[in-house]
Amino acid sequence: MSVKALVLAARDNVATLTAPAAAGDKVTCLGERQLEVTCLQDIRIWHKVALEDLSEGALVYKYGEVIGKTKTGIAAGGVVDHENIYSIPRDYASELTGGAA
Amino acid sequence: MKEFWGYKRPEGRCGVRNHVLILPTCACASESCRIVASQLRGAVNIIFNTGCSDVAANTALSQRVLTGFALNPNVFGVVIIGLGCETVPHQQLREKIAAQTGKPVVSFGIQEQGGTLKTIEQALRAGRELCAQAALQHRELCPISDLLLGIECGGSDATSGLAANPAVGELSDLLIDLGASTMMSESIEWIGAEHVLAKRAATAQLHDEIIRICQRYEEHLKAAGQDCRAGQPTPGNKAGGLSTIDEKSLGCIKKGGTRPIVEVLEQAVRPSKQGAVVMDTAGYDISSVTSMVAGGCNAVIFTTGRGTPTGNALVPVLKVTANEHTYSWMSDNLDVDLSGIIRGELTVKGAGELLLETLGEVINGRQTKAECYGFSDVAVDHVCRFV
Repeated sequence: MSVKALVLAARDNVATLTAPAAAGDKVTCLGERQLEVTCLQDIRIWHKVALEDLSEGALVYKYGEVIGKTKTGIAAGGVVDHENIYSIPRDYASELTGGAA
Repeated sequence: MKEFWGYKRPEGRCGVRNHVLILPTCACASESCRIVASQLRGAVNIIFNTGCSDVAANTALSQRVLTGFALNPNVFGVVIIGLGCETVPHQQLREKIAAQTGKPVVSFGIQEQGGTLKTIEQALRAGRELCAQAALQHRELCPISDLLLGIECGGSDATSGLAANPAVGELSDLLIDLGASTMMSESIEWIGAEHVLAKRAATAQLHDEIIRICQRYEEHLKAAGQDCRAGQPTPGNKAGGLSTIDEKSLGCIKKGGTRPIVEVLEQAVRPSKQGAVVMDTAGYDISSVTSMVAGGCNAVIFTTGRGTPTGNALVPVLKVTANEHTYSWMSDNLDVDLSGIIRGELTVKGAGELLLETLGEVINGRQTKAECYGFSDVAVDHVCRFV
């Protein structure tokens, strides 16, 4: 079976499923990257699938921005969710432009 | 859409509704207000959980909420009910409100009147007169610049950031270009996307204020022993496919559109500028809407993925989702289906135009679903324990 997924930016390494997928299903990516990956496991609707092999500590990109870092290696076709990625603390000081408060 | 049919006010923006507000000064008067409003066609009430035994910072915020509600353009007149021993008694609140508006404002105290039944009787007589006067006011053509749309999301899932929020962002851009104003809030849901949001700031000062708000929010929660990344995303967000606060925030800020941010506001403060503004509020949707309505928003658009019944007593809350299942499953609570964007049948631009048309009907008088049911959710944010 084939399931559609959305990729929001060319830099993204995950896609969001628009239907539930079962292990072995083909995921057809639409949007900013057109490619196909095979699901390694069952993935719920609206959850993310890895588009390439992600090593432990790799940055995860969606919307062309970093949404977190991997806790473990995730193979292409694997689920990417709150169990295996985490939010990186911000470095606010570096973001200030020096505009007067 | 250059104009809408609204209610002119002696000062400030026009209203899109013409409610008589039955307003408690504190929690102890909330039930009396509910009973009074239930007897009066044309009246609304709010349930208030504070107003007493508060630290000064909490009192300052709850007072801004109470006065902000009374001053909201959708309110024709106000009947205040107090208890008598609260932090700010009814006479003082009434004078504060009356100093800023020409609207009729009357007030009663439960201890002073001799109990709830006598107070309810007095408040009902006064409210009946205000409702009769309000019913005589006609809608008139008002400039679209009088619209201040609050932009909110709640019960988000992955469809919010993919489709519903970008569509509302498109709506915001359309409204700004027409001369209206929009307000986005929920500053905890800027964290992880604050660097993107801050790029919209009209000045370097506003840019840095957006960054500092996120920094202060994290520090504030840390002082209470809470890591903001532990509470965000919520369990519902996670089940809906949102894995980190960063992912949630990057989707959240899309609902604010792309136009320059001309003002950064504290909670429950009215903007002094026209255009796109942001307010530093909680991510808790009910509390965020409370602060935006107190800040003068006369309508609210609300995106959801998981579905929510929420509504506000003073302003129409127009609820939209791009989750096809949620829309069909909870259509009794949701106003607009944007799932066509996900299916590729509707563009984000087209969805923005659809929302503009629907919002136009709502501000001209069509009730939203939450409004039909009379829903009135309020949550006042607080900075410290009660004393």
